[in-house]
Amino acid sequence: MGFQRITLTVNDLVETVDVPTNMTLLQMLRDKLSLTGTKNGCTAGECGACTVLMNGEPVNSCMVLAAECEGATIITVEGLAKGGQLSKVQQAIIKTGGVQCGFCTPGMLISATALLARNTNPTEHEIREALVGNLCRCTGYVRIVEAVKEAAKM
Amino acid sequence: MINPHPGLPELEYLKPSSLEEASKFLADHAGEARPFSGGTDSFVRLRDGVWKTSTLVDVKHLDGTNELSFNPNKGLTIGAAVTMNKVASNADVLKHYPNLAEAARSVASYQLRNRATIVGNICNASPAGDTIGTCMILDGVLNVHGVSGFYSVPLSNFFLGPGKTVLKPGDIVISITLPIPPKGMVGTYKKLGRNTIGDLSIVGVAVLGYPTHETKSGFRFRIALASVAPTPYESFKAEAVLSENPITADSIAEAAQAAMDSVTPIDDVRGSARYRKFMVRNLTREAITETWKKISK
Repeated sequence: MGFQRITLTVNDLVETVDVPTNMTLLQMLRDKLSLTGTKNGCTAGECGACTVLMNGEPVNSCMVLAAECEGATIITVEGLAKGGQLSKVQQAIIKTGGVQCGFCTPGMLISATALLARNTNPTEHEIREALVGNLCRCTGYVRIVEAVKEAAKM
Repeated sequence: MINPHPGLPELEYLKPSSLEEASKFLADHAGEARPFSGGTDSFVRLRDGVWKTSTLVDVKHLDGTNELSFNPNKGLTIGAAVTMNKVASNADVLKHYPNLAEAARSVASYQLRNRATIVGNICNASPAGDTIGTCMILDGVLNVHGVSGFYSVPLSNFFLGPGKTVLKPGDIVISITLPIPPKGMVGTYKKLGRNTIGDLSIVGVAVLGYPTHETKSGFRFRIALASVAPTPYESFKAEAVLSENPITADSIAEAAQAAMDSVTPIDDVRGSARYRKFMVRNLTREAITETWKKISK
């Protein structure tokens, strides 16, 4: 099996990584770059725990080959805070209490960040629709949806 | 059976520089190499061990695969690499084929639609494919490149069975072309899942309708059903009811019953065959009623 050398930008840092051709973006982020905030929940593109921004759009990183990411710009949950300050969505989810075990949280934050970037004042339905691909087993979603509404107001 | 390991089986990744190179490689390695675009169906099958693929061939950059263009004479061309989100938010699609945008938006999740493609949905050939029915009743034609060069195949001739199509080794679907829809066309896609948004369909019903001089009723409806037959299924019997009879609540109900009688669903984890048949009837009635309301406006 082959290896590929790829260069990409992750959380504003340029990284050059040698990846086996069957390695997913998720594995590369966690195992090669030690960015373990992004989680593996289902390995099937259904739960959203592995959601990252790729070229500005949320994707399930377990469903992307690292080899496909040459030249890509990736943002993970570790890249949301700027200059030591948590992002609006991060602050909001703490305020509303939308975190229990925290496993879905990185993916939720990424999806919510992407939603607010394309829709600055989403309705509740639009929020729920945008978060359809992020499953949570703990919270029942209410406080997560409240967090997105709160962040939109901030 | 979901493989809990976060990786994929051992495989090579090939990014060919031309359609010729891609088709030749795929034909030379038939059974071992597969083309892929978004990977949202391919990766699942690889992880489940359903496919024994040793090379994934990335087609996302090949000539024509990134096209998303509308020509007022020719229609809409959607390249194989164009994601469902791009299609669902495109101004020309929303204006001329809003039912296609609706079908695309019903698939899975926003993240998945940033990778999944309409062409991939078609080539995966699942009878549950949400966008296939709409593309069929819009008379979509696939533009294919194979070892002998370019050829076209209408969607109506494309499917052979669950997961099976007429494509041969070396064939790569470059794009789908949807002709200009008939004047006054409106339509919808109704999907029943185990939850409100995001699930695979238990039943899916794509309907479109338009005024015409060619039928007794003055209207023609096209009706395609998902998850109720070995392939995506156009119900000509149901369509005939609405061509032959004035469109009323009764004829709509009769068409819905004809749709129900024409399908052969199976029991699976998402629903029983019996339940599916009744849901076909109900969703078809809903979809036709909504389409009729839009036409009569």
